[in-house]
Amino acid sequence: MTTTQQQTTALPTGTWELDGVHSSIGFAVRHSGVMTFRGTFGDYDARIADGRLEGRAQVASVQVDDENLAAHLQSPDFFDAERHPEIRFSGRETRLDGDRITIAGELTVKGETRPVELVGVATGPVVDGYGKNRLGLDLEARIDRNDFGVSWNAELPTGDRMLDDEVVLTANLALVEA
Amino acid sequence: MTPLRVLALSGSLRSGSHNTELLRAAAAAAPAGIELELYEGVKQIPPYDADDDGGADRQPEAVRRLRAALARADAVLVATPEYNSSLPGVLKNALDWVSRPLALSPVRNKPAAVLSSSTGGFGGVWAAAETRKVLGALGARVLEDTVAVPQARERLAGGVDDELAEQLRVVVEALAAEVREREAAAAA
Repeated sequence: MTTTQQQTTALPTGTWELDGVHSSIGFAVRHSGVMTFRGTFGDYDARIADGRLEGRAQVASVQVDDENLAAHLQSPDFFDAERHPEIRFSGRETRLDGDRITIAGELTVKGETRPVELVGVATGPVVDGYGKNRLGLDLEARIDRNDFGVSWNAELPTGDRMLDDEVVLTANLALVEA
Repeated sequence: MTPLRVLALSGSLRSGSHNTELLRAAAAAAPAGIELELYEGVKQIPPYDADDDGGADRQPEAVRRLRAALARADAVLVATPEYNSSLPGVLKNALDWVSRPLALSPVRNKPAAVLSSSTGGFGGVWAAAETRKVLGALGARVLEDTVAVPQARERLAGGVDDELAEQLRVVVEALAAEVREREAAAAA
């Protein structure tokens, strides 16, 4: 390793901006009881300022591999993009244990704000190939979508429901010191 | 002030339809400033065929008329009978046409409510639930407010009475409140 790596005890100070090319955010939910369905958001931003992670995603930018599903996700049955165009996360408190990170904060989806914990792995900072300080966060949060009013479901012929209540939100963030 | 426009769609085509009667009564019961237009062209809509579906502005004439009427409306009020535990094919067919493509559905984000009536004992509640599900799939802002009229032949023998007219007025008011909330959010 030629890069320098230092152990952090909290999110670093200063301002860290998103490298959108090398980042992604999305969601995953159990579908039909047998598999995991994933979607991503194309238009989003995240940054660390004063040791706090903030993020937002535009509902209109949801990306799934079917235009009808994409349109349905925008509607009041799901995210209700007309009334609530943005999903937001605001970090409050960060805990680090080795490279394991927990960021407690507040998530706003469909106008509902609830406390959530993002958990995962923090890597770096390292000096990247361009001489910039770079930090990686691989985070996920498990939420009950009903808490945010995203409650659409359909009954399967077996009587089971098509979509799980639990949704895993994922954020794989590359952040570069400004 | 521009009146608030509600397009009323009946799932029953027959001239003496109880559901159409409910929509006419809802129009009569609507407070000042709310206009209900009863859509008359559902029967002319052909069966959905993707071969005839050239896109939102190239669909058959009867479909384009319905699309235009929905686009002009601020809200949608459907009244449906129940055929075999669900909504009638003609109503579903009309909604299927205007759902294509879904991102351009003219009911997208529009407040919608569903009434039902049947000559049986349950008032078409399953058909209403299915219609709400379909409208939700089309992207409408579907209200739970409803009126279900069981034993419609007897109940409506003397026309829509004051009690029923009041229930219909409440649903129309709920639609109007949702429209106003939508307008206020858009203006904010």
